Amino acid sequence: MADTPREIEALIEILARLPGLGPRSARRAVLHLLRRRGALMAPLAQAMQIVAETARDCLTCGNIATSDTCAICASPQRATGEICVVEDVADLWAMERAGVFRGRYHVLGGTLSALDAVGPEDLGIPRLLSRVRDEGIKEVILALNATVEGQTTAHYIADALRGTGAAVTTLAQGVPIGGELDYLDDGTISAALRSRRSF
Amino acid sequence: MIQAVTALTLSHFRSHRLARLRLDGRPVAIFGPNGAGKTNLLEAVSLLSPGRGLRRATNEELARRPEGQGWKIRAQITAPDGAHEIDTWAEDAGSRQVRIDGKLATQVSLARVTRVLWLVPAMDRLWIEAAEGRRRFLDRITLSFLPGHAEAALSYEKAMRERNRLLKDHVSDTSWYAALESHMAEAGAIVAANRRAALARLLDAQEGAETAFPAATLALHYPEDGPESAEALLRAFAEGRRRDMAAGRTLVGPHRVDLAAIYAAKGMAAELCSTGEQKALLISLILANARALAWDLGSPPILLLDEVAAHLDASRRAALYAEVTALGAQAFMTGTGVELFRELGPAAQAFEVTEAADGSVTEERDLA
Repeated sequence: MADTPREIEALIEILARLPGLGPRSARRAVLHLLRRRGALMAPLAQAMQIVAETARDCLTCGNIATSDTCAICASPQRATGEICVVEDVADLWAMERAGVFRGRYHVLGGTLSALDAVGPEDLGIPRLLSRVRDEGIKEVILALNATVEGQTTAHYIADALRGTGAAVTTLAQGVPIGGELDYLDDGTISAALRSRRSF
Repeated sequence: MIQAVTALTLSHFRSHRLARLRLDGRPVAIFGPNGAGKTNLLEAVSLLSPGRGLRRATNEELARRPEGQGWKIRAQITAPDGAHEIDTWAEDAGSRQVRIDGKLATQVSLARVTRVLWLVPAMDRLWIEAAEGRRRFLDRITLSFLPGHAEAALSYEKAMRERNRLLKDHVSDTSWYAALESHMAEAGAIVAANRRAALARLLDAQEGAETAFPAATLALHYPEDGPESAEALLRAFAEGRRRDMAAGRTLVGPHRVDLAAIYAAKGMAAELCSTGEQKALLISLILANARALAWDLGSPPILLLDEVAAHLDASRRAALYAEVTALGAQAFMTGTGVELFRELGPAAQAFEVTEAADGSVTEERDLA
């Protein structure tokens, strides 16, 4: 688009790099923002500016926060003696959406991978171990993906936690709520059957 | 319904700009001069199963040149559980994609829909060359009986590659090794058990079979110790760490197995047999595999026999055609001249492949 000002074109290009957006949807979004400059664009720019300046990883758990300690780690109510280990902040958000877990988190930021040179230090596992000791943690819940990498990492953490006195548990695998058996793969059905319980 | 391809379309695949074949389940004879694109048709069918096909080609190699803009294969197949439509393709530099009945699917899920076995001239030296080729042959056979084998084998490989990297980098974190080894032991035990089960099925299918091809006694060998249960593997991995670190790779496990064959009637190891006998042994195993599958599933698999006719004398060739026809298998066979297939007559469909300026041309012919 030769006639579009270069600044606007640059904005479209940046937006097009976001997940879920392409050049076409980025153009639509920019056009929408331009039409609502006062009501939408200025507040968005301001909000982004603030977040860009303040966002950082929580030094304790690895969650994204706007200060050195995230709200969850700062809240005394969440000191339940439980830590839930997740791979990614997206997983933490998913757990928080469910609103059931009242303890604290440890965000790994990835999984162990020798081939990609991601080791235990990169995942903050030593930090998790010292937290378990210092915070008097009674239970560590491993909420990792059921992939080879996720399970290897879970196994590693469980092994590393041996001797700390904390119980290590993992999320159950089986039939999703509202799910139909007919649509489940063999592995899920056998996992569900193995962990059946009395009714 | 027997397992067969009923329609095959190749687009920008190897030498074929566009090829369309309508098939009716009979064996398929494909003839034409060298380099016309006969094997490419077989390769396309081999890609209806998981993996890199009968030439182990990369996606870039599969794309027609000079365009080099990706390729696509579409097939309609019949199987004992009904009809399916398979699309598989790769764009420019992307990985191979699969769609089964219009839904995106993983490559390994193809193993549940199609059973394809092949024999290509490159396998003529299978019994003489490195164990890797025989292991691959064994895993193909295993996969045909147990579609879940691909997942277990991939999962084992993945964990082992991770462990090998730790060994090479001289990492000494025992928890990391333990995590990978427990995964390898679990997947490795499944891989080993699957192979044993497939071998047993193959031996069963040879026994009492009326065939002109020589029976083979098969055995699995390991370079040294060959633990196969999850517990034994776990112990062997843990105990072998120091030695493995010196070698920079994992020295024990199902990835070290070798398949040994003995020409039963002569009591002679396959690698010592004549070239013709070695070929006959391979055909015999492929046919035994097909018979066993026919019993198990009610349908023989699709067979891809590249240049098979040329290496057999007239009596063996007639015997092969008779056995393929008796099995009711859709066997795709290639050869340079139509005369190699004459004796099949109306029992087979025939296609002639020729080379033209804008790609291979495939036309149906009458054998009678």
